[in-house]
Amino acid sequence: MNLAIDIASWLLLAAGGSLMVVSGLGLVRLPNVFARLHAAGLADTGGSALLLLGMALQAGWSLVTVKLVLIGIFLFFTAPTAGHALAHAALLGGISPDDKGESEDDDEDDSPDGRGG
Amino acid sequence: MMLLACLLVVLGMALTLIRAVRGPTVYDRILAVNVYGTMTVMLIALLGFLAGRPDFLDLALVYALLNFVGTLAALKFFKHGHLGEER
Amino acid sequence: MFSPRTLSLFAVLYGTWLLLSGIWEPFLMISGAVACLLVVVIAHRMDVIDGEGHPIGLTWRALLYYPWLFWQIVLSNIQVLRLVLHPRLPISPVSGWVAAGQRSSVGLVTFANSITLTPGTMALTVMEDRIHVHALTQGGFDDLVAGEMNRRVCQMEGTGS
Repeated sequence: MNLAIDIASWLLLAAGGSLMVVSGLGLVRLPNVFARLHAAGLADTGGSALLLLGMALQAGWSLVTVKLVLIGIFLFFTAPTAGHALAHAALLGGISPDDKGESEDDDEDDSPDGRGG
Repeated sequence: MMLLACLLVVLGMALTLIRAVRGPTVYDRILAVNVYGTMTVMLIALLGFLAGRPDFLDLALVYALLNFVGTLAALKFFKHGHLGEER
Repeated sequence: MFSPRTLSLFAVLYGTWLLLSGIWEPFLMISGAVACLLVVVIAHRMDVIDGEGHPIGLTWRALLYYPWLFWQIVLSNIQVLRLVLHPRLPISPVSGWVAAGQRSSVGLVTFANSITLTPGTMALTVMEDRIHVHALTQGGFDDLVAGEMNRRVCQMEGTGS
């Protein structure tokens, strides 16, 4: 039983960590601010949720789990607020959401088909 | 296994930092710093488990609060040029 | 001052205090009660304890909505994950207006938050009856226009609130 919980926790932690890496990769690869906001959403929702779940499985039923849940609830409610504020500010700042290509004066090795980084 | 998760999060943070340095607009940088903050929260929590000191979770909680407020403050500052003293 | 809303705010605050501290000494418990009371009094004087600041009465219908939202978040996470990892990055960003049928501001904020929470769609501007949405793919945008999420948030909002 303990082993099963450990394996589940390990899988969740690995998946969450990988999702964080993918989010960073998306942040580097995607072409403009609005597209990058979606990649940021990966870290804010999926990545944190999986990592917190994995840690909660490690902690078992205790106050530690309660704190993890509180962090999760807090991120769950603030992440979209910050994301929306950013998107709205970028929109008011004169960046066109329909711009499919590079945003202006982006450097050249940031092309959509380059791996980036 | 905690170590692996820590390393993955650190790798994600490094990638995020690339975007923060590259820009090109100020919103890209704020977005990158915001994501960096979220990953830092997770890293602090994971380090707490790695070191066997769950007290770190309190720090993570406070950092999550600060990250949110900091993002909004930075956005407001770049939008208005001040933090609200002129009404 | 002693409306159910005020009392429930105090209960939530004090519960959070107790859970975060985890130390059951009389001194700490009394200082927690005093601190929470202070916060409630100040919030009452600032007149922010209303349906927006502390939305009670939304809770039991929210229990039906949030599991569905979690499932949507999982699905869209997988979708964005595949887009980002795809070597050719097959994104087709679109933006446009989506109708929002909510009547209260809490419902509208929940809808906008749900849109932003699911990676792949992002609320840019929120008006009273519509939301400007940016989506990473045409498919994600079409799903929102189809209005399943809008309908469910309206359902959660119910007729009473």
